[in-house]
Amino acid sequence: MAYTKRTDGRKFDELREMEAKVGIIKSADGSAMFRVGKTIAIAAVRGPRDLYPKFKQDSQKGVLRCNYDLMSFSVTERKRPGPSRRSQEISLVTEKALLPVLELDNFPNAVVDVFITIVQADAGTRCAGINAASLALADAGIPMKDLVCAVATGIINEDKVIVDVNKEEEDLEGGLADTPMAILPRSGEVTLLQMDGEASKEEILESIKLGKRACEQIYRVQRDALKERYGGMKDAAD
Amino acid sequence: MLQINKEYINLLLTHDQRVDGRKLEQYRDIKVEYNISENAEGSAKVSIGDTVVLAGVKMDVGTPFTDKPDQGSIVVGAELLPLASEDFELGPPSGDAIELSRVVDRGIRECQAVDFKKLCIKEGEKVWMLFIDIYPLNDAGNLQDAAFLAAIAALKTAVFPKLENDKVVFGEFTKEKITLQRVPIECTLLKIGDKIVLDPTLEEERALDARLTVAVTEENKVCAMQKGGEKGLSMDDIDKMITLAIEKTQELRKNLK
Repeated sequence: MAYTKRTDGRKFDELREMEAKVGIIKSADGSAMFRVGKTIAIAAVRGPRDLYPKFKQDSQKGVLRCNYDLMSFSVTERKRPGPSRRSQEISLVTEKALLPVLELDNFPNAVVDVFITIVQADAGTRCAGINAASLALADAGIPMKDLVCAVATGIINEDKVIVDVNKEEEDLEGGLADTPMAILPRSGEVTLLQMDGEASKEEILESIKLGKRACEQIYRVQRDALKERYGGMKDAAD
Repeated sequence: MLQINKEYINLLLTHDQRVDGRKLEQYRDIKVEYNISENAEGSAKVSIGDTVVLAGVKMDVGTPFTDKPDQGSIVVGAELLPLASEDFELGPPSGDAIELSRVVDRGIRECQAVDFKKLCIKEGEKVWMLFIDIYPLNDAGNLQDAAFLAAIAALKTAVFPKLENDKVVFGEFTKEKITLQRVPIECTLLKIGDKIVLDPTLEEERALDARLTVAVTEENKVCAMQKGGEKGLSMDDIDKMITLAIEKTQELRKNLK
């Protein structure tokens, strides 16, 4: 059966409504909230600070540590508090998604900690988490080459590529090739890429192309949030 | 904590003054927001000054305790995520997290704020379990009172999920509310030197000699207490603290709708 109309009425390449806010946790060095549709992620950055135990230190550069998790009540069926295999894997790929933009050479033996938590989940939580984390890192003043933008695309019934998959679409019968990705808006480099489902090479390349275009919009929302927080500063990107 | 901070706090208190200019018994501004997470059966966000706490209620079907076959129950948990404070660490719940959640639990349980008998689905077999989870977002002192307010606010908005063949249909709610028979409120009082201070900041907490949390019902009955801190309290201290807690909880209750 062809998927002709999206469950929430969006166009196939249309993102859900987005909202971003920088500086939401007072005690953190940097923090941000990123909402896409009903998914709400918040991120806090602590550091650069001394890394212990000492053997984990890198004398050449600072270390990035990410931790992603869901609040127990953020999902329809309560999630047991504490790390799961899923959250640990997402923490790891989030770290790899963010690392390429960070300049940590000036922070030997230090750690930059990123804590991401999901307050309300409706698909796309790891991507929302990365979008929030990227803003929180910028808010913390960590030197960065670029922001990081993330979105999940889906290939439905081996037919249509959709952008920013929602929960209903994730659960559709007939299968969806879910492809979360993170993209650096300046260089176009892909720093997170996961996929589960079944798709041809052409479909995958097409969905990355659409993901890239979506990331341009996410980038705008992120930049506006930073401008709102640090308004009055000259915009280097323009 | 720097010794100098502690000395400064003590010095000010001898003149009945605090670092942020408040009176000894004065709370910071309190804000309560309801339904902050829509997959939860009930949820709320409470700020007391810069301290921010989220609480959410999730419900599931469980088996009753053998000695209370016709009663459901509550399970209160708190996760002190490193997101909220540089003093919090990842890993299994710390002593502080366990104490925080247990003191919230007792304040709700002991005055039967929730009627456990109304949580019975099938006697001896199936009852509702209420999971109340507490997440500080920013710790600027007095997590206990903020956590308790958030838990009560979340309970106030909580509705039963849909039940089909004695199983929860996740993501679907009924309109039936969890009725609260009582609305207890917790008030935490610190003893620093010979002064009693309410709604402490982080620095004041670090300077405390003793601490007492008192849960009070709207009939001004005490329904739970917890003493903390390294020093003792005199009868006179306890008398003063409970009197103050009764007075203050009436005020705090007005922040709830």
